[in-house]
Amino acid sequence: MSFLSRLPWLRSRGLVCQEVVELVTDYLEGALSPSDHRRFEEHLVGCPHCTEYLAQMRETIRLAGRLAPQDLTPAMRTDLTDLYRRWRAED
Amino acid sequence: MDADASLLRRLRDGDEQAFSTLVERYHSSMIGLALSFVSSRAVAEEVVQDTWLAVLRGLDRFEERSSLRTWLFSILVNRARTTGVREARSVPVADAGPVVDASRFGPSGAWVLPPEHWIEDAENRVDAVKLSELLRAGLGGLPDRQREVVLLRDVEGLSSAEVCNVLAISEANQRVLLHRGRSKLRQALESELGGGPR
Repeated sequence: MSFLSRLPWLRSRGLVCQEVVELVTDYLEGALSPSDHRRFEEHLVGCPHCTEYLAQMRETIRLAGRLAPQDLTPAMRTDLTDLYRRWRAED
Repeated sequence: MDADASLLRRLRDGDEQAFSTLVERYHSSMIGLALSFVSSRAVAEEVVQDTWLAVLRGLDRFEERSSLRTWLFSILVNRARTTGVREARSVPVADAGPVVDASRFGPSGAWVLPPEHWIEDAENRVDAVKLSELLRAGLGGLPDRQREVVLLRDVEGLSSAEVCNVLAISEANQRVLLHRGRSKLRQALESELGGGPR
């Protein structure tokens, strides 16, 4: 349940920007109620700033997903190769 | 992930190269994750080494009810948590408050300092190395619980169900942590790339 549905007096009006930024993840996760989802999208239609904000959150997620694993140091590689061989010797 | 399934087969066949591949793929993320539970890099590395050994020893018993990486991260988190508790590391206080500074909105709740544009610029103006450094610094600056969720969800690409499973948290809690973490990461990018308030 989103925090908006716990605030019934807010339900009748549209969302303001400050509320929208708090709902972005619930929106992207599909966790908003159908009515909140609709109000979220209605706000975006009239608000270029929040549209930009949502695009930036999506871009942040995309960039995070492209972070490559960091290279291991040679010492770490050696340690882990040793670990593997010790394990093989256990059986 | 299919690549992981074939790695698992090769690991079970005793293929050392498969182990190296797995290590190259996950070791740095595992260190990053372990660091949020324990006090030092050295302890984190120990926990991750223990995890690799537990993974190797558990290969025969692993029933593939979860993906290989979910299993890997679960073992890691359990060990790191236990070690962190033994070290009596204090639990960080949950941060509250808005994800975007309230001073950026007027009394009506509308933007007065709207987000600065940076998306198209990001990859043109900043080279990939610098961008990675920015993101890693941003991740490093997140509170531990938020970093764990963002690392697993957004960097590693686990599903929300997998993250809840690995970290033993509820979907709602996961969403809150993810929201706060992602929002701060976005702010870090905006601050560096958009020239917005720092």
